[in-house]
Amino acid sequence: MPAAPAAPAAVPSAPPRRWPDVSFRWLALLAAATIVALIFLVGWELYRGAHLAVMKFGVNFLHHSVWDPVADDYGAWPFIFGTLVTSVIALLLAVPLGVGTALYLTEIAPLRIRQPLVMVVEMLAAVPSVIFGLWGVFVLVPWLRDNLFVWLKKWLGFLPLFQGPIYGVSVLAGGIIVAIMILPIITSVSREILRSVPNLQREAAYALGATHWEVIRLAVLSYARRGIFGAAVLGLGRALGETMAITMVIGNRAEVSASLFAPGYTLASVIANEFTEATTDMYLSALFELGLVLLVVTILVNVVAQLMLRSLAGGGTGKVQ
Amino acid sequence: MKKILLAGLTGLLAVTAAPAQMLINGAGATFPYPIYSKWFNEYTKVDGSVRFNYQSIGSGGGQKQILSETVDFGASDGPMSDDSLAKAPGKLLHIPTVAGADVVSYNLPGSPKLRFDGPTVAAIFLGKIRKWSDPAIASQNPGVTLPDQDILVVHRSDGSGTTYIFTDYLSSVSPEWKSKVGKGTSVNWPVGLGGKGNEGVSGQVKQSPGAIGYIELAYAKQNKLPYADIKNSSGNYIAASIDSVTAALATAEIPDDFRFSMVNPPGADAYPIAGTTWLLVYARQKDAAKGRKLVEFLKWAYQEGEKMAASLDYAPLPANVQARVLQRIGEIKY
Repeated sequence: MPAAPAAPAAVPSAPPRRWPDVSFRWLALLAAATIVALIFLVGWELYRGAHLAVMKFGVNFLHHSVWDPVADDYGAWPFIFGTLVTSVIALLLAVPLGVGTALYLTEIAPLRIRQPLVMVVEMLAAVPSVIFGLWGVFVLVPWLRDNLFVWLKKWLGFLPLFQGPIYGVSVLAGGIIVAIMILPIITSVSREILRSVPNLQREAAYALGATHWEVIRLAVLSYARRGIFGAAVLGLGRALGETMAITMVIGNRAEVSASLFAPGYTLASVIANEFTEATTDMYLSALFELGLVLLVVTILVNVVAQLMLRSLAGGGTGKVQ
Repeated sequence: MKKILLAGLTGLLAVTAAPAQMLINGAGATFPYPIYSKWFNEYTKVDGSVRFNYQSIGSGGGQKQILSETVDFGASDGPMSDDSLAKAPGKLLHIPTVAGADVVSYNLPGSPKLRFDGPTVAAIFLGKIRKWSDPAIASQNPGVTLPDQDILVVHRSDGSGTTYIFTDYLSSVSPEWKSKVGKGTSVNWPVGLGGKGNEGVSGQVKQSPGAIGYIELAYAKQNKLPYADIKNSSGNYIAASIDSVTAALATAEIPDDFRFSMVNPPGADAYPIAGTTWLLVYARQKDAAKGRKLVEFLKWAYQEGEKMAASLDYAPLPANVQARVLQRIGEIKY
C-alpha cells in the first residue's frame, strides 16, 4: 500500500491513464484479493464443519488429551504438541544444515561443482512425500533404532528427552524426516539471499584484513540474516503441514510424552488417517476442528515469526550500515 | 467441494461416453474395492448399456454420500448406526457382498506357528500381557520356545474396516475391552504404535522383533506373513482361510436387515475374526431406469460375481445367505 502514492510520482506527465495500466492495476488487486479471500473461505468452511465440536467441547478441545472416536470424546492437545515438537526438531536440524549448504554453494565451492550441487539439492525437493515416508520406514527408522537412538540414550540418557523404550518410530524420527523434506527450500531460498549480498560488502571486509570466515560472518551472514530467517519461516510453514511422510514414521499415538523416543501424532496426520472412515457427525466435526486448529497454529506461528523478523531487522540494519 | 468435483467429473464422463450408456455412481469402502472393480469391469461384458463408476473414498464418505443421495449406491465396511439410518430420506438396505478376515501376525525368531484364544489376544492389546514368555501364551503353545521379550503392539492408525472387525471381535471376547475401548473404525488404543494401512502395520511388525499386529487375511497371504490360529467359540484353534471364513458366515446369526456381526460364530470350523462388507441401496429407487439396471447388476453379482471372490482372497457368501439376500434384492422397487 505505501507504494501506491509513489507510483504517480514515477510517471511525471499526467495524461489520463491508459487502459493497460488501469486494467493491470485491477488484475493485480484481484490476484491479491483472491489469496486473502481463499484463506478466509478455508477458515470459514472449516469453522462451519467444526461447529458441532466447537459447541460441545469449547476451549477444552485445545488442552484435552483424549481422542476416543468410540466414546465421541475428543481433544487436540497431543496433536498440537506433536506438530509443534516435530516442527521445532525439523527446524533445529534443517536450518544449520541448509544455511551451511547455501554458504558452501555461494562462498566456498569451486565454480565448477556449484551448478551440479544446486541441481542435487533441487532434486531433493522433487521427491514425493510418500517416498520419503517409505524410505523412513524401511531405512531410516531401523537405522535410528539400532544406532543413533542407542547412542543418544547411552550418552544423553540422563535427560528426560532421551529416556524410555526405543521403538524406532518416534517424534524424533518424525522430526528428522521433516527436516530432510524442508532442507531443499531452506537451502534454495538461503542461496538466493546469499547471492544477493553485494560483492562490495565482501570486498570491503577483505580490504579491512578480514579472513574468509570473518568475511562470511561479518559481511555476508549479518547482511543476509533477515532473508535467512525468512527462509526458515518458509520451511516451518511446510513442516507444520507435512502429512504423509511423517505419519509413516511417527508412530501415530495420541500421547504427550517428554521423551523424543516416544511415539506421537500430528494434526495433519490424524486428519489424513481418520477422515475417510469417520462416520458419526461429531467425529467428522472434531476432525474439522483439528483442521481449524492447524490453520490457526500456522497463522500464529507466522505472525510470531514476522514480529521476530521485525525486531531482528532493527538490530541487523544498524550493524551493517 | 468434493461433490462439485464429482459432479463435474461425471458430467465430463457422460459427455465423452457413448450417448446411450447409462452411468451409475457409487462410493464408499476401500476394503472391497478390488472385487467391486472386477465386478464392474466384468459386468460391462454382460450389459454394455450401463457403466458403473465406483470411488473408494472410505466408509464414512460412502455413508454420507448415499444419505445425501449424491450417489446411486453406497458401500461401507461397518453397518450404519440407527442414528444415521434415521437421517436417510428413504428406507436404506444393507446388502452384504463378501467377507474378509483379520489375522494376528507377529515377529518372533524362527516364525513359529502360534495359537491364541480370544482373552489372550484381548489382554495383549489391552497391555495386560506384556511379555512373550507370559504363562497365558506359553500354556497354549506347548513346544514353542518363547523369548523373554517385550511385546510391541501395532495397530492401524487410519480408520478402517479391518480395525472395525478386529475391535468387534475383541469386544465380543473381552468384557473389559468392550467397556474400556469398544468397537469402531478407529478406537482409542490402550497401548501400541499406529501404522498406516495394512502395509504400515505389517512393515512395522516385520521390522520390530517382538511385535504383534492385525492385518487383513488377503494381505497376509499375498505377502506370506506368519499368523496365529485363533480359538473359536467351539474351542477349536482355526487357521484363517477362505473356507473357515465362509464357515463362519454359514453359522453366524443374521438378522433380516442384514446388519450383522459375524465375529465368534458357533460353527466348529468357523474362524472367529471375520466380517462382511455392505452395499447401501435405497429400497425405493427414484430413477426407474437406473433402479432397474442396479437391481439387474446386484442379481448378477450374487449369481456370477460371488464366484470371483475367492481368487481375490475374499470369502463368498454361503448359499443360504445368498438366497436370503437375493430375495431382498427382488423387493427393491423402481
